[in-house]
Amino acid sequence: MAKYLLLKHYRGAPDPVNNVPMDQWTPEEVSDHIRFMSDFADRLVQTGEFVDAQALAPEGAWVRFDGEGRPPVTDGPFAETKDLIAGWMVIDVDTYDRALELAGQLSAAPGAGGKPIHEWLEVRPFMTEPPTVTE
Amino acid sequence: MDPTSDEALLRSLTPAVIGILVRRGADFAAAEDAVQESLIEALRVWPDDPPRDPKPWLVKVAWRKFLDATRAEESRRRREERLEAEPDPGVGGAVDDTLQLFFLCAHPSLTPASAVALTLRAVGGLTTRQIAEAYLVPEATMGQRISRAKRTVSDVRFDQPGDVSTVVRVLYLVFNEGYSGDVDLAAEAIRLTRQLAAHTDHPEVAGLLALMLLHHARRPARTRPDGSLVPLAEQDRSRWDTRLIAEGVQILEAALARDRLGEFQAQAAIAALHADARTAEETDWVQIVEWYDELVRITDSPIARLNRAVAVGEADGARAGLAALAPLDPSLPRYTAVAAYLHERDGDLATAARLYADAARAATNLAERDHLTRQAARLNVRR
Repeated sequence: MAKYLLLKHYRGAPDPVNNVPMDQWTPEEVSDHIRFMSDFADRLVQTGEFVDAQALAPEGAWVRFDGEGRPPVTDGPFAETKDLIAGWMVIDVDTYDRALELAGQLSAAPGAGGKPIHEWLEVRPFMTEPPTVTE
Repeated sequence: MDPTSDEALLRSLTPAVIGILVRRGADFAAAEDAVQESLIEALRVWPDDPPRDPKPWLVKVAWRKFLDATRAEESRRRREERLEAEPDPGVGGAVDDTLQLFFLCAHPSLTPASAVALTLRAVGGLTTRQIAEAYLVPEATMGQRISRAKRTVSDVRFDQPGDVSTVVRVLYLVFNEGYSGDVDLAAEAIRLTRQLAAHTDHPEVAGLLALMLLHHARRPARTRPDGSLVPLAEQDRSRWDTRLIAEGVQILEAALARDRLGEFQAQAAIAALHADARTAEETDWVQIVEWYDELVRITDSPIARLNRAVAVGEADGARAGLAALAPLDPSLPRYTAVAAYLHERDGDLATAARLYADAARAATNLAERDHLTRQAARLNVRR
């Protein structure tokens, strides 16, 4: 088993095929999309492959240390041009191919007109613990 | 006895048993640990061998656990003298252990998150694992949070009177934070507030209990089967729990009659007026605005002013609502959603749709974000 992060972006990913902002969909299309996402996670719980799913607010800031005794420096809100993460799902699957298969299914979530969004998702393997047996 | 009723009984006995151990001379942290262990043993043993009288059984087992733990610790530290812990002088049955425990767990030196965790464990009798699951943090993290909280209050005397207002704030947090796991935090908050109300006659405790019951009554109507939010005006009021409403109203009326108004009584009064209306159209918005005026006077809270603007919009029209909204800080949570709603009521659908979409982006939880996105979508389809 290996863990993969499926990363969804607000901005910064290549444009999806069905590229209509969500508030321009019909309320039913919004509901269908949300149901698809929740059913997808439920199915992965059933198959024993679900680990975690979280959504992030779009607002945030850059922060860094600015020396002892000084408050941290912040820079924000994020510039419109920056890559922006919207959320993620962590899955624990047997193979890389299975991770791709699931990401592909997630990318088929319905959008405007009830058609798949074809959204680009980032798939990233987790670093693992070193193996016990090495020779 | 079946396991669920065992657990409920054990949890209701938890604060009293901790109190007895403390009066016998155990410090709070050790007493609390010992009682947790006795609860676990009870859950293991009782199904096959139920006690004749549960409370003395728990006291006996918890005291033994305390002594065992103390001895083990002492031998490690080679400090035998602590075994002779002095019994707390002058603390008899007159002190209400349960109430003292509420005060201690909500002590002002604790952060809200620590006070919540400690209250759920020491007063609520929940395990660290259950609390961790309810707040979606690892069990080790929650364990540390509780240990640190116990250390923070370790010097607080158990017989000092505390401040009821800090306790009600902690219970309100438990009720209002919508995390979920196996433990129903809203129901747990109600159970603890009932327990607190049985030990003190403070009208704000009654106000908080009434507020919780009146909001809990709406729970069956508040979400659709798919988890999406149903706004108050669209809720199927036949699904509201009339028994809880009746109880909440009765508790509130008794509290208000004592003429010591506080914020929770005022909030409960607003909830009661909503409960009184058989349909959304029958809502007495004029009276609700008056209660918001009271709430603003008591709390001077910007959130109360924001909610008041909604009520003003219903009582005196959307323009009046927008005027009430105008002086408020646009960075307030839900400000944009309220503005969108009032603009929609005012007939400016383009502005409303744009604001709903903005509000969805600013939402701090998914249910609200989804709801606001649907509102924007609904208006964009109609235009």
